Amino acid sequence: MKMNILIERRIIFTVLFIAVALPLIFPIGWKTEVSGYTQMVYDLIESTPDGKVGIISFDYDPSTMTELQPMGEAMIEHAFKRNQKVILTALWPMGVQMAEQALETVLKEYPDKKRGVDYVNLGYKVGGMVTIQAMGRSLSEVFPTDSRNTPYSEIPMLDGITRLRDIAWISSLSSGVPGLKEWMMVARDSHDVPVTGGCTAVSAPGFFPYVNEQRQLTGLLGGLKAASEYETLLGRLGSATAKMDSQSIAHLLILVFIALGNIKAYTTKRRKG
Amino acid sequence: MKKSLPLIFAFLVGFVVLLSEFIPHRPFNQIVSTLEGWFMIISGFAILLGQISLIRMNTYKIIHKVPNWQYNLAGLISFALMLSFGLLWGMRETPGILGHGEGITAWLGLKPFDYLFENAYLPLSATLFSLLAFFIASAAYRAFIIRGLESNLLMITAIIVIIGRTSIGTMLTGWLPESLSFWHIPNLADYIMEFPNTAAQRAILISAGLGIVGSSLRIILGIERTYLGGGK
Repeated sequence: MKMNILIERRIIFTVLFIAVALPLIFPIGWKTEVSGYTQMVYDLIESTPDGKVGIISFDYDPSTMTELQPMGEAMIEHAFKRNQKVILTALWPMGVQMAEQALETVLKEYPDKKRGVDYVNLGYKVGGMVTIQAMGRSLSEVFPTDSRNTPYSEIPMLDGITRLRDIAWISSLSSGVPGLKEWMMVARDSHDVPVTGGCTAVSAPGFFPYVNEQRQLTGLLGGLKAASEYETLLGRLGSATAKMDSQSIAHLLILVFIALGNIKAYTTKRRKG
Repeated sequence: MKKSLPLIFAFLVGFVVLLSEFIPHRPFNQIVSTLEGWFMIISGFAILLGQISLIRMNTYKIIHKVPNWQYNLAGLISFALMLSFGLLWGMRETPGILGHGEGITAWLGLKPFDYLFENAYLPLSATLFSLLAFFIASAAYRAFIIRGLESNLLMITAIIVIIGRTSIGTMLTGWLPESLSFWHIPNLADYIMEFPNTAAQRAILISAGLGIVGSSLRIILGIERTYLGGGK
């Protein structure tokens, strides 16, 4: 039976839609194995002493939030769990809202955490790599106030935090430029602050070379699977774990489509002789 | 003069910044600190420039009724709405010109800007990106065909990585004994990503790095002048 390309495409789209939607409605609960890269990210925060201050930079916008938002939530939760303080910031304009949303989700579990004491959102700053360079010299000059206009000097948790070297770890959740690479080039290479982070699955291969013996990057969370691994390590049933079933089924289906496409190409070739 | 002055500025600024990396002391560190401040201020103006350009481009298309001009109109209306709501009532805890807008916030449950962001921009933006999955599935069916040795290798690698990056990979070969753990699909996928992929990526990164050094030097020395605009 010869099928029209348009009909074929419609069948593919419908099957994929059903395959993605069903596991979201009826979760399967498949387990994920924790990779070495994810373990390194987890160990960095886990091994940081109580009371230390870390930075999480939300360098993405809503288009990639499916993959990156669960990482942000898990990292904030991990820091809170370890009694560490977190500075939230963004090199992307929409990152501020992403940070606030992640914070709101985690605060439901940690209602005793106080703004200015346990966490602060310094907001968005334009300039990318140059902004990070300037943060290396003085944080208060780059961020005179937080996102709620509270002066830097009046934020209790920032007392004694003057520049990047005073930070225990930096994590950039990045979906492009500026992002993880810029943080690594300045904060890690110039100021010797451990840098870790997460990115979308498609851009992860480009960051793997930086997870090396020099520890330019201390581990990497690549895509939704890594976010789900991080949630597994935290013992948290978060949104990444819930979405992983759908992603696994979709990947399997794509393999089936590849096989079917090859069978079709082979039979067409044979028929033509 | 119109071209020489920017060239002299580019040379001086580039040279001082370069020198400050080798001599991180006065006066170079102070000059670089000032230049960083200037850069952030100028970058701020770039956002304004982008908004002006967006209004100009979309208005032109609407006036001249280019094909699908309705989308440009929708874009402009959305821009105006978000801008007005943000200016009038602010967002989250930041007040706008009219304060926090308690009345409208009580009615909507959120400030108008936040309401639109969370219920329109956020789902629309995520949906647009998610649509890629459908195109990838369709492209996988039509274009990922084995035609020779190279495509065969690519196919095998892709299958291992795809399965290894899912929960199914863990289940498929999870029963293998410890001595054969290398052949466990997630481990195979990690091996591919860690060694062949990293080797190729490093080669690309080193080449790109050398390219950046070359083109930066060309700009500092005034050989590369296309950034000045104004023709060839």
